[in-house]
Amino acid sequence: MTTAVAGPRTRAHSPARRPGRERRNRGLLGLLAWLCGIVFFLPFAWMVLTSLHGEQDAAANPPHLAAPLTLHGYREFFGSGTGVSPWPPLVNSLTASIASTVLVLLLATPAAYALSIKPVRKWTDVMFFFLSTKMLPAVAGLLPVYLIAKNAGLLDNIWLLVVLYTSMNLPIAVWMMRSFLAEVPVAIMEAASIDGAGLPTVLTRIIAPVVMPGIAATALISFIFSWNELLFARVLTGVVAGTAPVFLTGFVTSQGLFLAKVCAAAVCISLPVLAAGFAAQDKLVQGLSLGAVK
Amino acid sequence: MTPTTLRSTRRVLPPLALAVCGTLLAAACSGAGGAGGGSGSHSINVLMVNNPQMVDLQKLTAANFTKSTGIKVNFTVLPEDDVRDKITQDFSSQAGQYDVATISNYEAPIYAKNGWLASLSSHTTADTAFAQSDILPAIQQSLTYNGQIYAEPFYGESSFLMYRKDVFAAKGLTMPAAPTWAQVADLAAKADGAQSGMKGICLRGQPGWGEVIAPLTTVVNTMGGTWFDKDWKAQVDSPAFKKAVSFYVDLVRKHGEAGAPQAGFTECLNDLEQSKVAMWYDATSAAGSLEASDSPVAGKIGYVPAPVDRTKSSGWLYTWAWGLQKASKHQDDAWKFISWASGKGYENLVGTKLGWSRIPAGKRTSTYSNAQYVAASSAFAKPTLTALEAADPGNPGVQPRPAPGIQFVGIPEFTDLGTKVSQEISSAIAGRTSVDSALKTSQSLAEKVAAKYAGQ
Amino acid sequence: MSTPSTTSSPSRWLRAPDALRRGPSVASAGPPRPRPRGAWARRAPLLPALVFMIVVTQLPFVGTLVISFMRWNALDPGNKGFAGLSNYTTEFTDPQLRSSLTTTVVLTASVVLVSLALGLGLALLLDRRFRGRGLVRTLLITPFLVVPVASALLWKHALYNAEYGLLNGSLSWVWSLFGSHNPPQPDWLSQSPKLAVEASLIWQWTPFMMLILLAGLQSRPTDVVEAARVDGATTWQVFRYLTFPHLRRYLELAALLGTVYVVQNFDAVFTLTSGGLGTANLPYAVYSTFYQAHDYGQASAEGVIVVVLSIIVATFALRTVSSLFREETR
Repeated sequence: MTTAVAGPRTRAHSPARRPGRERRNRGLLGLLAWLCGIVFFLPFAWMVLTSLHGEQDAAANPPHLAAPLTLHGYREFFGSGTGVSPWPPLVNSLTASIASTVLVLLLATPAAYALSIKPVRKWTDVMFFFLSTKMLPAVAGLLPVYLIAKNAGLLDNIWLLVVLYTSMNLPIAVWMMRSFLAEVPVAIMEAASIDGAGLPTVLTRIIAPVVMPGIAATALISFIFSWNELLFARVLTGVVAGTAPVFLTGFVTSQGLFLAKVCAAAVCISLPVLAAGFAAQDKLVQGLSLGAVK
Repeated sequence: MTPTTLRSTRRVLPPLALAVCGTLLAAACSGAGGAGGGSGSHSINVLMVNNPQMVDLQKLTAANFTKSTGIKVNFTVLPEDDVRDKITQDFSSQAGQYDVATISNYEAPIYAKNGWLASLSSHTTADTAFAQSDILPAIQQSLTYNGQIYAEPFYGESSFLMYRKDVFAAKGLTMPAAPTWAQVADLAAKADGAQSGMKGICLRGQPGWGEVIAPLTTVVNTMGGTWFDKDWKAQVDSPAFKKAVSFYVDLVRKHGEAGAPQAGFTECLNDLEQSKVAMWYDATSAAGSLEASDSPVAGKIGYVPAPVDRTKSSGWLYTWAWGLQKASKHQDDAWKFISWASGKGYENLVGTKLGWSRIPAGKRTSTYSNAQYVAASSAFAKPTLTALEAADPGNPGVQPRPAPGIQFVGIPEFTDLGTKVSQEISSAIAGRTSVDSALKTSQSLAEKVAAKYAGQ
Repeated sequence: MSTPSTTSSPSRWLRAPDALRRGPSVASAGPPRPRPRGAWARRAPLLPALVFMIVVTQLPFVGTLVISFMRWNALDPGNKGFAGLSNYTTEFTDPQLRSSLTTTVVLTASVVLVSLALGLGLALLLDRRFRGRGLVRTLLITPFLVVPVASALLWKHALYNAEYGLLNGSLSWVWSLFGSHNPPQPDWLSQSPKLAVEASLIWQWTPFMMLILLAGLQSRPTDVVEAARVDGATTWQVFRYLTFPHLRRYLELAALLGTVYVVQNFDAVFTLTSGGLGTANLPYAVYSTFYQAHDYGQASAEGVIVVVLSIIVATFALRTVSSLFREETR
């Protein structure tokens, strides 16, 4: 559909207009788009460049753009200086993000089904409830959650974060999944069952084609927001269950230079999200627009 | 439409399957990790601040301490502000996630009073090799509550004034052996611009009770001010306090470093190393970094006692020390770790392995008679020891105090009060508010705290 | 695209973008009215999610409410008890609560509005064809995919830092080109702390807005635009009378989602300024009372106040937005 939009409109530029000016304008706007893209990308590029410099060069003013490149920062991230491996926090983050995403999908899909395909009465009120939980400040529940976790022996346990992240992403997921499920052609579905098609057929031939991209989009969004979470992870984890963002804050020291290694760590920790986001740009667009674009 | 969606389904399924497998794998890993942590009875959890001395310790633990004792040490290392919050959280709820944590002489008596720390006195008597009597008296006193020792120092520091001898010589300036603040302000004005881009002095301006408040409070002390008088009356808007803060803020604004409102220890260290300031008033532990072999200013720095005004000395006293949580289930293993990390042997280990300028000094008398250390740190060893011996937490100013502490007030409310006041001061340094209005706000905050104690 | 909608539900906007889609849609039939028979069977799939949300998000608030009436400072364990309303009276007389409330409003509104405007501009630029469009889109969404703490650390230390940040570094470099050794070296974080926090957030959220609006632009009915152009409509007229009304739902959606996330922002405020210099927003204020002052009673009272305020704002926001959409469908 993306290309279908651009196609006819390009053709629509009628030859009656002054083509030269039109083309120049288009060229200028393309240039402007490139410029914006570069401006927005620049801080990230700077982060990558800094991560490849030595600490002294990273702290130079004016900047040493052509300073010799080194993997020192990355070696520090992987524990060359301290012997501390970044893998436990990365595995923790992966566990928390993936497990909570799976849980979100398991809970959101049936709920969305009950809100769209065969909607319960007053389904709008239910939607409002889900949405309003997302609007309440999570920080207000932090203290009781801490106290409960302490008494239940759940502090520093990654599964506590899984449950919390699920609750944080569930409202948006229900909302998104509902929009996707609303696309399921109910009439065809019913006709098929009258014609004797079994549930597997209905699921694979009619529901799945519409729902699978929606699930992927929802999963991606849920994964990103879980991976990024800092506040609850900071307060509720310790030795065992610390996540990647918490690990990252540990690279800032109040005594000594740290810019290059912080940048290296920041790049490494953003990498999973960047990779997922770049690979599934279309899914991201689709998810954020609640399924309006394919 | 159907063909495209079918295609996209096929595209989506593999990553999804991969994700599910990943979860199971990750879950299995973390499960195994958890079990491993639980089964090893000889393992302790240590929470510490990420200062360079601690990072060195982290590096040396496995190959030395764990190798000889079989006790595995799991470190959590965080920046100073974060680590305080986390330690207080864990110790106050006695959640027992951490056996040992780095606390300072500010926290030690407060935590001990609340019953969060295990007394170390019996360990110190039994463990003669530890040589408790070697610990500097002022430091030990600051970690003692009701006659019991509650924490053992890892390193100690006071504050002094550092200056560029070469810059002073080139400009024909002389640093007095015991400068007053008036002289320092004068020198700062003269040294300002001595080299291109060089300011007169670096003073912390970063918000935080352990940042700007520490050097500022020593200035307040020596200029005759105090946070509270002995009857718990807030004195933050008193003339002496105001004089000290105006002096500090003016000095930083006129001749201080660029970016002063966000500058802390690291920024100032960087400034002095990069020749962006000619003087710096801060912790004695900075000297180790300044004189390290890779420092561009090694050998060019002179060290004199903390500047004074109405008192004889005005250096602060601070130590990062190991506290043992009462709820810890590994008391003996934890003591073995503390005894190793705070012991003489560890200083020698660092000296031989990493260099003598990097040892966690400032806590033992014997350190300053160690020929190798004294040779490596001749520039600052003596000034450091003098400063540590002159510090008196019980009586740092011109009037009696209701609670101990030089650069802080030894009450639990001070972290919050100090942090809020520091934000006002930092604003004043940034020029966003006046000293008068900053102190007016601060006084009302201090009065609230004082009200809690005045009645008692 | 002119599919008439038979749904008259007040919250039709919740699924507004659905109606924009082509192909067989439930919108043409309207949701079938549920019958009482089998109501529980219909409700069953909803229950796990509903129960989960109530248990995990609502029950802790009961705890918060109870603790808010207690005198409980973790640093002073001996002095714990019932405090009545004293935590609330302290809170309401505290000027810092009001200031963090203002900060929250200013921060959220400015970040959402500016990134919405920038996002719209970028979406319009990207909606055209030009060489390397895919690559530019990838460059543009990068900020959204950087972990927020990483982004905050990047801005604080690598860009804003007065000594070695890129901003001042570039100033030194530009000045040195003209032979000057005294370039201006502003201290960005302390001279304009709010703007500094906002800029870093706008950098992160603009791509998010852009993505939603781009999706909106690409679902625009091309035949109508084409017809308008043939009829001689100017680019501005096409934007004003066709594109903008069509985008309005997407703008609302982007604003709503952006607000939901930005209003709760913690990472940027925590990392960039540690809540200093008037940048403490409500989440940071609650956090610092709980985790830095360890005053559990006070923190809970703040939490309750923030929740009550949020409910008021949320109700108002939801009503406004849903009524806007109702007007539009008429």
